[in-house]
Amino acid sequence: MTTATAPAEVPAGSGPWQLARAELRRRTSVKVSLFIVALFVLMAAGAPLLSGLGGWSPDDFDKAAVDPYLGGMPIGPLGGISADHWLGVEPVTGRDLFARVVQGAQVSLLIAFTATAIVVVAGTAAGIAAGYFGGRTDAVLSRLMDLTMSFPSLIFMIAMMSVAKDVNRIVLMTAVIGLFGWPGIARVVRGQTLSLKHREYVDAARVGGSGPWRILTRDILPGVAGPVIAYTTLIIPGMIATEAALSYLGVGVRPPTPSWGQMIAESVAFYDTDPMYFVIPSICLFLTVLAFTLLGDALRDILDPRGSRT
Amino acid sequence: MIRYLSRRLIGVIGVLVAIAAVTFTIFYVLPSDPAAAACGKSCSAERLEAIRAHMGLDQPLWQQFWDFLSGIFTGRTLGSGQYTLHCGFPCLGYSYENSESVWDLLMDRLPVSASLACGAAVLWLLLGLSAGVTAALRKDTLVDRVLMVGAVGAASLPVYFTSMMLIYGLIRVAGLLPYPQYVAFGTDPLHWASNLLLPWLALAILYAAMYARQSRSSMIETMAEPFIRTARAKGLPRRTVVVKHGLRAGMTPILTLFGMDLGGLLAGAVITESIFGLPGIGRLFHGALSTGDQPVILGVTLLAATFIVVANLAVDLLYAVVDPRVRF
Repeated sequence: MTTATAPAEVPAGSGPWQLARAELRRRTSVKVSLFIVALFVLMAAGAPLLSGLGGWSPDDFDKAAVDPYLGGMPIGPLGGISADHWLGVEPVTGRDLFARVVQGAQVSLLIAFTATAIVVVAGTAAGIAAGYFGGRTDAVLSRLMDLTMSFPSLIFMIAMMSVAKDVNRIVLMTAVIGLFGWPGIARVVRGQTLSLKHREYVDAARVGGSGPWRILTRDILPGVAGPVIAYTTLIIPGMIATEAALSYLGVGVRPPTPSWGQMIAESVAFYDTDPMYFVIPSICLFLTVLAFTLLGDALRDILDPRGSRT
Repeated sequence: MIRYLSRRLIGVIGVLVAIAAVTFTIFYVLPSDPAAAACGKSCSAERLEAIRAHMGLDQPLWQQFWDFLSGIFTGRTLGSGQYTLHCGFPCLGYSYENSESVWDLLMDRLPVSASLACGAAVLWLLLGLSAGVTAALRKDTLVDRVLMVGAVGAASLPVYFTSMMLIYGLIRVAGLLPYPQYVAFGTDPLHWASNLLLPWLALAILYAAMYARQSRSSMIETMAEPFIRTARAKGLPRRTVVVKHGLRAGMTPILTLFGMDLGGLLAGAVITESIFGLPGIGRLFHGALSTGDQPVILGVTLLAATFIVVANLAVDLLYAVVDPRVRF
């Protein structure tokens, strides 16, 4: 995509991470997507504060903002956008959309990030173990990866979410999404570990008396960090989309807790009469997924140029 | 080749049994007692026992699982005493909801899901591959940029958003297409296609975007290979180099992806089917979830797993055909 020549302002002899950072800083797509990501992350982190600023809590009903004679349609143009309700209100209930979108960002991103963390930690550990120890460990772990990848994951996730009734939905959803995600990253890490484990510096460490734990954490792990970071950023959008899909199908978080997917599902019935209600959470979802994809693309180009993904 | 195939087939059966065991454990052990659900509110203890015996729930779990598994291949007799029911060869049990055979239910719905998946697959392969290959051959030009920005954008759109936009744009505003109502291919191929066009598009946009991205990077990588240089140096026309040498070798990663995606979709695109109201397996599954109809849930999951595993096997076998470098 971009030319490989390093920009002039990077001093000679700077490390790979500095080079990567300089390369990242040159790209416009990275700046834009970082801005969007930061915006939504801040929004999610400061959700209670922000909805306090907007003056409405996500569960407040505002009967004055909807017209009972028009089937509970929001009063005013664009779904009731006004100084009082910054992004308009929900039809029928009159709940503030800004507060709900912000609260929904918190739920959606919390689940997506935690599931990603589980996937990355489990996948990296399994991949390194399979690649480094080889033999029986590798055989067992690789079969387990194949097995997990053969599961019809969406159907399975939906089924598991609907079977478990009285559990914390957010915790369950994180676990279920995380459960099916780890083989992808484990394969990448396994391949990378295989190519690293017989490099001279690893052999040197072994000869020098380092135990497997030390070699894995000090020599192998930094070597696989680049692809892992790139891959992590690339699976986040998938996690966000999966959370949204599960909530959309009604097996995700339960009302009144809002999440973007669930808001979209509720708004589908009004797509004709109150399009803004449908458009606002959809745009949030779209922008977040897009920003993470762009960021992941850039990180992969820089940190994993040969593409260990197959 | 024969050895490879038999080894893979054993693997396939192993995976399917493992999936069946996991599914069985999750759906028969975790949820509330199906017998209690079938018995209703005012249920005496004896009646509950009778129902449990009738459903085979009084047996130990491994026995239930074994009965289920062997029933798939040999058929089985369900129930006890005077109320027995023979369930023939591919026996997946009977729906708790309407007492229909799960196999019949699945086969009844399969044509809808298969029509949806296959039609969409043709569309997304055409769109995605042509966009990806065009972008790869014109790397770093305006065409490449535009195509890839479009692909990133389209890949970020959730399928329900695309579907609603298509419904709004093409049905409500333009009035170009009918609201999808499934018509069997055998009845009227033209209506079949025109009714499915919208769901096809909705699914294809998402997948085409992913395929365009994947095939672009794969083609760029392949076109840099030495054998492409050789082909060029031989003086082959550019078209032959791209199609016969580049595309053929560059398609292996796409083929893997395609096997997974098509396999997954054949057993029901849950979201797309529920948005467009298509009576496919995805809808059946969604309905079975809300009523806790475990035999149907188990049946759909197993069918989906079978499709994925078989598609993967087919893809691995196709490798040898597509990529001359692959040998078994």
